[in-house]
Amino acid sequence: MEITMTKVKDKKSIDLDKVEQQSSTDGAKIAIKDVKVWYGDFMAIKGIDMNIKPNTVTAFIGPSGCGKSTFLRLFNRMNDYVDGFKMEGKIKLNGTNIYKKKVNVEELRKEVGMVFQKPNPFPKSIFENVAYGLKIQGIKDKKFINERVEKALKQADLWDEVKDNLKKSALALSGGQQQRLCIARTLAVEPSIILMDEPTSALDPISTAKIEDLIFELKEKYTIVIVTHNMQQASRISDYTAFFYLGELIEFDKTKTIFTNPEKQQTENYITGRFG
Amino acid sequence: MRKIKELVIEKSLLSSALVTIAVTFGIISVLAIEAFRFFSEVSIFDFFTDTQWTPLFTDKHYGILPLLSGTLLTSFIAISVALPVGLTISIYLSEYAPRSFRKTIKPLLELLAAVPTVVYGFFALIVVTPFLQQFIPGLSGFNSLSAGIVMGIMIIPFVSSISEDALHAVPKDLKEASYGMGATKLQTAFKVVVPAASSGIIVSIILAISRAIGETMIVAIAAGQQPRLTLDPTVPVETITAFIVQVSLGDVQHGSIEYRTIFAAGITLFVFTFLLNTLSYRIRKKYQEKYE
Repeated sequence: MEITMTKVKDKKSIDLDKVEQQSSTDGAKIAIKDVKVWYGDFMAIKGIDMNIKPNTVTAFIGPSGCGKSTFLRLFNRMNDYVDGFKMEGKIKLNGTNIYKKKVNVEELRKEVGMVFQKPNPFPKSIFENVAYGLKIQGIKDKKFINERVEKALKQADLWDEVKDNLKKSALALSGGQQQRLCIARTLAVEPSIILMDEPTSALDPISTAKIEDLIFELKEKYTIVIVTHNMQQASRISDYTAFFYLGELIEFDKTKTIFTNPEKQQTENYITGRFG
Repeated sequence: MRKIKELVIEKSLLSSALVTIAVTFGIISVLAIEAFRFFSEVSIFDFFTDTQWTPLFTDKHYGILPLLSGTLLTSFIAISVALPVGLTISIYLSEYAPRSFRKTIKPLLELLAAVPTVVYGFFALIVVTPFLQQFIPGLSGFNSLSAGIVMGIMIIPFVSSISEDALHAVPKDLKEASYGMGATKLQTAFKVVVPAASSGIIVSIILAISRAIGETMIVAIAAGQQPRLTLDPTVPVETITAFIVQVSLGDVQHGSIEYRTIFAAGITLFVFTFLLNTLSYRIRKKYQEKYE
């Protein structure tokens, strides 16, 4: 498979690769066009274009407050609840602008799942946690729910550890298990995109390694966008990396390029640890 | 010199704390001693099984059940009013209302608890009862229904305010997890936020019940003074508190058995509210641990 690059800020290279660029926009899972975000008077995202390809892992890196989490949360409209949130531009998911008035936000979120920074299982049983997304859709078929729960737990590599006590409270699991449970919970709804907001920042190295393996497996079926503070993690698991700074997208390219031969000085400074 | 000053201040602070504890123990021991004297004349078995309470009549019966039923009936009516209303308010305020609205409305709601209870009592007697009589023809002038309803209005802030605090304390992560899977606000409120805040909500209900059981003025004014073992909300009843008022204001002889009934009734009331408060304290402690 040939992978085309999307260098959004670099207008020259876009012109050169115009034909290829066009086709990559068409094939994009998420196409972001000139997106700006404000919280009250503060401009958090200053006009970003980006195309995210299906079945890839895209990592967002950058120092705290650079807007990477805000940007990620645009894809499932999680910022809608934030006071003073205002947004301009287009985000197309499978060709449909998700910020159109008619869009059903609940339906969108079934398509775009999310895993959060801190493991946040509901204070319910393991089974109920995974079944939650199905039950709120009004699904009552027990056999169907059981199958989906088992499948999701298997996909999240947690089934063997919990299959004998699915009735146990999810809060009794370890942090790493809780985070895999949260992934299973997201998978049970069968989204096509999974957003991960620093999913391993609260976990120990072994649990982190398990989640990273998992992300690698999930890529086959899902499009994954992950925000991470850990640059080694970005280089280990992602196909594409985007570097954000002060609300702007500084560089977006294949991960290998970003980490070995970045185009911008700022990117290089950041990944070599000279700032941030 | 400075050290002596520090010492004096420290000791005086300590003594004011000790005074409070001493007063509490004093009250409890007076209650206990007088109640003990009462029970040396009246068997405790009769006290809990006799279905009549007529200590002020010639034919004396000392069964607490009629007073207890009066108390429980009015409290039950009150909580049936306060629980749905208070809970609805708290869910609205915590999950739906804009922050500015929430900030204004919460202190206003808490004003409900600041209205003097004697005002509530007259409101029940003069406004609510005549109003209800239009729909319920057999309703007596004194009844547990209007007293209970008005008492319910009074304790709404107990339920709404404490529940709202509990709902608000539910971590944002949990709500986001629910929204993130495509849940609506309503689904999130009832399937995630309310269950997660359940211990706090239970505490609010217990405290509200405890307040209702101990409430005196409203029931003394609007519920009547007829100890009656009944579950009928339309007839006059008498609560434990109302009985204590009745005897205290009356002309029973100090030291007589009639006089001691106050303490027997009082200690029953005390045991109830004490148990409820202990229970709520326990639940609250457990709940705090869960989130810290």
